[in-house]
Amino acid sequence: MFLKKFALASAMVGLMSSAAFAAGHANCGPEGQSVRILASDFPAIQAVMGAAEEACSASAAEFTRNHTTEARDIMNAALTPNPAEYTSVQVANSTLTQLMNDGLLRPLNDLVDTYGANIPPNLLITIDGNVMAVAFMANSQHLYARSDILEEAGVEGVPTTYDEVLAAAEAIRAAGIMENPIVANMQVGWNIAEMFNTVYMAHGGEFFEPGSAVPAINSEAGIATLETMAALAEYAHPDHLSQASNETQATWEAGQAALGFMWGSRGSVILDEEGSSAEVTENTVLAAAPIVDGVGIPGATLWWDGFTIAANIPDEEAEASFAALASALTPEMVAANNDDAVWLLEGFNPGRAAAGVAATAQGGAKPYPMVPQMGLLHNALGAELSDFMQGSESAEQALADVEAAYTTAATEAGFLQ
Amino acid sequence: MKHKTFFWFILPTLSAMILFIALPIISVIIQSLHVEHEQVLITVENCGPFGCTESVAVDQEATEALLEEAPLGRFNGLGTYTNRAHLAFAELGEAWRGTDTWAAFWDRVMSLPFYAALAFTLTYTFVVTPFVLVLGLAIAVGVNNLPKMFKGVTIFLSLLPMMVPPVVGSLILLWMVDAEGIIGATIQNIFNDPNLSIRASGPLMWIMLIVYGIWSSIPFSFIVFYAGLQTVPEDTMEAATIDGASKWQRMRHVVVPHLMPLVVFISLIQLMDNFRVFEPIISFQAGAFAQSLSTIIYNDLREAGNPLYGSAGATSMLTILGVVILLSPVLVRTYRDFTRKSSH
Repeated sequence: MFLKKFALASAMVGLMSSAAFAAGHANCGPEGQSVRILASDFPAIQAVMGAAEEACSASAAEFTRNHTTEARDIMNAALTPNPAEYTSVQVANSTLTQLMNDGLLRPLNDLVDTYGANIPPNLLITIDGNVMAVAFMANSQHLYARSDILEEAGVEGVPTTYDEVLAAAEAIRAAGIMENPIVANMQVGWNIAEMFNTVYMAHGGEFFEPGSAVPAINSEAGIATLETMAALAEYAHPDHLSQASNETQATWEAGQAALGFMWGSRGSVILDEEGSSAEVTENTVLAAAPIVDGVGIPGATLWWDGFTIAANIPDEEAEASFAALASALTPEMVAANNDDAVWLLEGFNPGRAAAGVAATAQGGAKPYPMVPQMGLLHNALGAELSDFMQGSESAEQALADVEAAYTTAATEAGFLQ
Repeated sequence: MKHKTFFWFILPTLSAMILFIALPIISVIIQSLHVEHEQVLITVENCGPFGCTESVAVDQEATEALLEEAPLGRFNGLGTYTNRAHLAFAELGEAWRGTDTWAAFWDRVMSLPFYAALAFTLTYTFVVTPFVLVLGLAIAVGVNNLPKMFKGVTIFLSLLPMMVPPVVGSLILLWMVDAEGIIGATIQNIFNDPNLSIRASGPLMWIMLIVYGIWSSIPFSFIVFYAGLQTVPEDTMEAATIDGASKWQRMRHVVVPHLMPLVVFISLIQLMDNFRVFEPIISFQAGAFAQSLSTIIYNDLREAGNPLYGSAGATSMLTILGVVILLSPVLVRTYRDFTRKSSH
């Protein structure tokens, strides 16, 4: 299994280091330093940062954590001054490139050598030989299915391809169970662009010409992607263009959907007893993201969350911050927060809530592209796809518009000449 | 007032205005004339929990050197103003040559972000402003004619839309028109169509944004007009009554002309405010159907991760230009009034 592989790979180093932790002496690096962390605000991140604070706040002169949903919007501004406002920032695939584009992160190779004994090598995010971040948890979109409704509609098993998803949706509608059985995060802006990315991945598409920032989405795969999205939207809630995770989760918990394209991180929230009936929680299956026949790549982008160290801070602070965060990545921390995330760390025991992400990763899903110009393409997709989704534009025209909008932005940003 | 006294009198305000308004605008202008330096791309190997891939990355050292050389970036003149994200001259020309009918041309123009945003912004401005003027005046006259004991309560209630924070007001309305909400569900029932949803329809969304805009701005014009009504000269009104003028005629020929300066004032403020419409689009999550000049600036600065300052600067300047064009008739009129009065 995908997750077991991680566990095994880290077992040896893990054993050695957990012995040290068992003795109760986390190695917190130089004493009397200031550790200032900026991170997003959800339980798994709170858990990691909390564990770091618990282990190392005693030896630090100052230990602060700022958990905010606005982290992405303030991180570049906060790390630009020297000394930077924060010593460490929690990032994901896309925010890592956002910070690296401005050269705000410190390579971690030396710190990994000194303090990273418990970090399995595959969790080191390495770009051109430089370790830029340390990942600790994974996330991706995948398929949610209601087994009871599928059964009632006469659909066997959980759909594995987009065609099967559409056929199942039609069967549910034909059986008169639900008019709109599909939910998906298609809110215009970031979400619909991410939906495009996932379906595009499933169609085997490439976002850019190899080795350059020239867009390549106006292709057969791109058109097939938009056709699939339009077909899915036929069966989606009428308000789908204004729905993101919070809305789709609510629709699912209210029992008003049978097939969902949602984030893995919503799994444990949907499966818990809060906000939903037993009928929904017991029959919700978390399955791999669907594939396209003949391509075989799950329609998802794999994401990791990890931590970085700011460039514009004194070496001692960088050392203390890294040591504190590395000391948090223990099996004990994972055990205490097992269901909050799909941990990439030793000691993780994949439960029901992790099944979808695990199956998607195992199926060969690709990571969200970690290239510097991806944010601009993502933004262009988010702005330009709404005409097509409302049926007032052809797929070719929509993709041409996306490429034109991206080209304008990328030229201004200096990626294209 | 002597010119010298006037100068010393205005100096604190003037210096604050230069510091906080003029200089920032100048810096935005400079910003809008530049684009970022070239990003030197290299192909590197990226490794992570999901394996290794070959992909491009920014060559930090080479890019840093370019940045040192020209900290402002590359000078682009008016290039940003004329690119596809703004005035899109090239795309307009292409659309003109490539389409046969006006409808097809219009379709192409409306898929250009700046013109789509401008279309909504202007529609919003020119529908909301007259409604706010007329309804505000009507409410003010109504309240003015109420018996004294009801006035306080009615004024308070009429001001409520202004007291409710815009985000809260629009969120409440959003939940009401949601397919599951009270208004949304009622509309579905009336038309017996489970797929009818305000949030899924462009025209209905525009109407809702405009209705919200009117609702939230009426208290402002109401309270200004109400204050103005207290100053209507009673002897003129009495004279008109004695001359046999009906209620409507007194309204038309005495009250409204008396309130004309206030009409100008409210139009000025409303045109300016409505042209910068922003919160309702964000809180109604109406981005699929309506963008305004302000939301595209927001998008450039926030959504792209690494902000596009040049693009945002250019849209800001075009917005300021738009406000100036909109206000110029009112300003010219005010200036004429001023010179006429001062020559007396």
